[in-house]
Amino acid sequence: MANVEVDLPQLEVRDGVDRETIETVASMGAYKYGWATDIEMDYAPKGLSEDIVRLISSKNGEPEWLLEWRLAAYRRWLGMEEPHWAMLNYPKIDYQDQYYYATPRSMAVKPKSLDEVDPKLLATYKKLGIPLKEQALLAGVEAPEGERRVAVDAVFDSVSVGTTFKAELAKAGVIFCSISEAVKEHPELVRKYLGSVVPPTDNFFATLNSAVFSDGSFVYIPPGTRCPMELSTYFRINAENTGQFERTLIVCDRGAYVSYLEGCTAPKRDTHQLHAAVVELVILEDAEVKYSTVQNWYPGDEEGRGGIYNFVTKRADCREARAKVMWTQVETGSAITWKYPSCILRGDDSQGEFYSIAIANNAQQADTGTKMIHLGKRTKSRIVSKGISAGRAQNTYRGLVSMHPKATDSRNYTQCDSLLIGDQCGAHTVPYIEVKNTSSRVEHEATTSKVDEDQLFYCRSRGMSEEEAVALVVNGFCREVLQALPMEFAMEAQSLVAISLEGSVG
Amino acid sequence: MLEIKNLHVKLEEEDKQILKGVTLSIGAGEVHAIMGPNGSGKSTLSYVLSGRDGYTVTEGSATLDGADLLAMDPEVRAAQGLFLAFQYPVEIPGVGNMTFLRTALNAQRKTRGEPEISAGDFLKLVREKAKSLKIDAEMLKRPVNVGFSGGEKKRNEILQMAMLEPKMCILDETDSGLDVDAMKLVSEGVNALRSAGRSFLVITHYQRLLDHIKPDVVHIMAAGRIIKTGGPELALEVENNGYADLLAEVK
Repeated sequence: MANVEVDLPQLEVRDGVDRETIETVASMGAYKYGWATDIEMDYAPKGLSEDIVRLISSKNGEPEWLLEWRLAAYRRWLGMEEPHWAMLNYPKIDYQDQYYYATPRSMAVKPKSLDEVDPKLLATYKKLGIPLKEQALLAGVEAPEGERRVAVDAVFDSVSVGTTFKAELAKAGVIFCSISEAVKEHPELVRKYLGSVVPPTDNFFATLNSAVFSDGSFVYIPPGTRCPMELSTYFRINAENTGQFERTLIVCDRGAYVSYLEGCTAPKRDTHQLHAAVVELVILEDAEVKYSTVQNWYPGDEEGRGGIYNFVTKRADCREARAKVMWTQVETGSAITWKYPSCILRGDDSQGEFYSIAIANNAQQADTGTKMIHLGKRTKSRIVSKGISAGRAQNTYRGLVSMHPKATDSRNYTQCDSLLIGDQCGAHTVPYIEVKNTSSRVEHEATTSKVDEDQLFYCRSRGMSEEEAVALVVNGFCREVLQALPMEFAMEAQSLVAISLEGSVG
Repeated sequence: MLEIKNLHVKLEEEDKQILKGVTLSIGAGEVHAIMGPNGSGKSTLSYVLSGRDGYTVTEGSATLDGADLLAMDPEVRAAQGLFLAFQYPVEIPGVGNMTFLRTALNAQRKTRGEPEISAGDFLKLVREKAKSLKIDAEMLKRPVNVGFSGGEKKRNEILQMAMLEPKMCILDETDSGLDVDAMKLVSEGVNALRSAGRSFLVITHYQRLLDHIKPDVVHIMAAGRIIKTGGPELALEVENNGYADLLAEVK
């Protein structure tokens, strides 16, 4: 994931190529993951029905209980209404006009190892800068000193195409595989924990996901184990008109530790695409999970055509004493972002942290934040949110801090900063605070500011272009959050901040 | 090096004429000082030369080695070798001083078509330059100008100047807010940079800075014009008699 260099095809202008084409290609620079992979796909028929749910389940070779679980979710979903309380404005989504399952044809028979994976798929990830081949390991060469290795699960549209370093992780007792594999190989774990943090009845999008999720990642860290490397999942939406509904389940057993990274990209398409994921984290006594996201789904063009509708439910359950979770997110992509990674601080002395950078440019809309539910005694939470709005974008922080009657002597600190670039965008902060005991303390600080002309001029007078100046000032504004990211991701996130603000000034 | 001819400048917002025909010629390696009472247009001149928004040039020209300065973006002027040491250096929270310096240096090199400086070479260079200005490693790590004392801010400006190696340096009231020791440090920093190919325009209110940075030419500015030009002795005259006599002379 550290590899930011992506070798893109060189732009060659031949005779007879019209101006429009050149301009179109040139304008693609802003979103550099906008290309699509031309690959033969198998689709389930368009639309959603019990038959589709059964088909997804049978494609994954699932046991009866999981099919029933999905069908129950589907039936419940039919009676639910899409929520509209967020500050988001988008046309009605036609849930029957989507494909719910798309898989590369070559994946019909699942490859047993990465060597059997279609080279086109491997090339796609290479182009994205995601190393899937365990070259060092295969060649029997140790990675250079100091270079941390990252294990990757790569999800392409509806299926996982491969997971690296599985054998080495298994030596440490760590299970890292696709969720469809986990259902087969570790049914007892999946059955015990799936839906235990985000129940299938939770909300409209989570219920939809429960019915149709096709793949995703599964992680189990056994008691007392520090996961020997960073784990990551790389999501790629490729097929057109196809929703991606992945499900991630991470179980960190007592005294264990894992750092998990997630990255997302999608090709440029004129139509909107739906992404409704569910992430569940189960954290037991004295265990700790760091979950970092760099979300860079295609944001749509300047006029708001195309882009991903990102409706995600992420929740961590600090189920036992002294459990710790840290969510860090850098949200730069998607046309619509609806996402509130939450912490249920159930165990006494458990801790939740949420660090967020949300950038909305052009016609993007983001409504994102967190929920800190304090149930245990002496629980602590910290929220640092940095929202940046540019163009005509709207950016909302929405957060809940709730101190229950039994959560005595608990603490929360919230800091919410908004930065505006230009005069046509908006920043909104909507904090909800509920305190039901007398010994807890909640602090909330919020600021809203504009990018300061004096700062920009100072930078420019030292030789930086206006865009470099904006990127530098904004990266400074986000520093606290960038520092919370693992180093490999922090570099990528910094350059992403600069890229996503291109064209926001001048 | 720097040629300013009959420069007329208006403040955009208030539609107010600030500079009313400034003419100035600074040769390579020369140090010129501009003195003048408050509101005479000294700072405006430095901002217009470095390309700040909010000013309209209504007449006249300014060139750097023959190139039209006023037609360039601020970052191009910087890459061409113009540097302004700010009277009030700006704070940039969250951006480390080192990061700022390196980004600026590489941006200029890029504009000039030169390769970026390597991390190792940069580190060596910045440590060496910082040492002579008594800027410690801790100050290099802190966010740009955030929580810096007045003296630290000015030393930091001189550090930037030393790193970027401009050919035309404008110092805008660099002595304001400095105690005697800080003024000595800053002046030594500036003097160390004096060379045959590098010129300075020192804008100051008081003569005392010119005890440390000895000018070749002194200009007195009032009401948007340069009303008198002379040698270093002119600064002493102002120090002893104030501006009143000079202003009366012109009227």
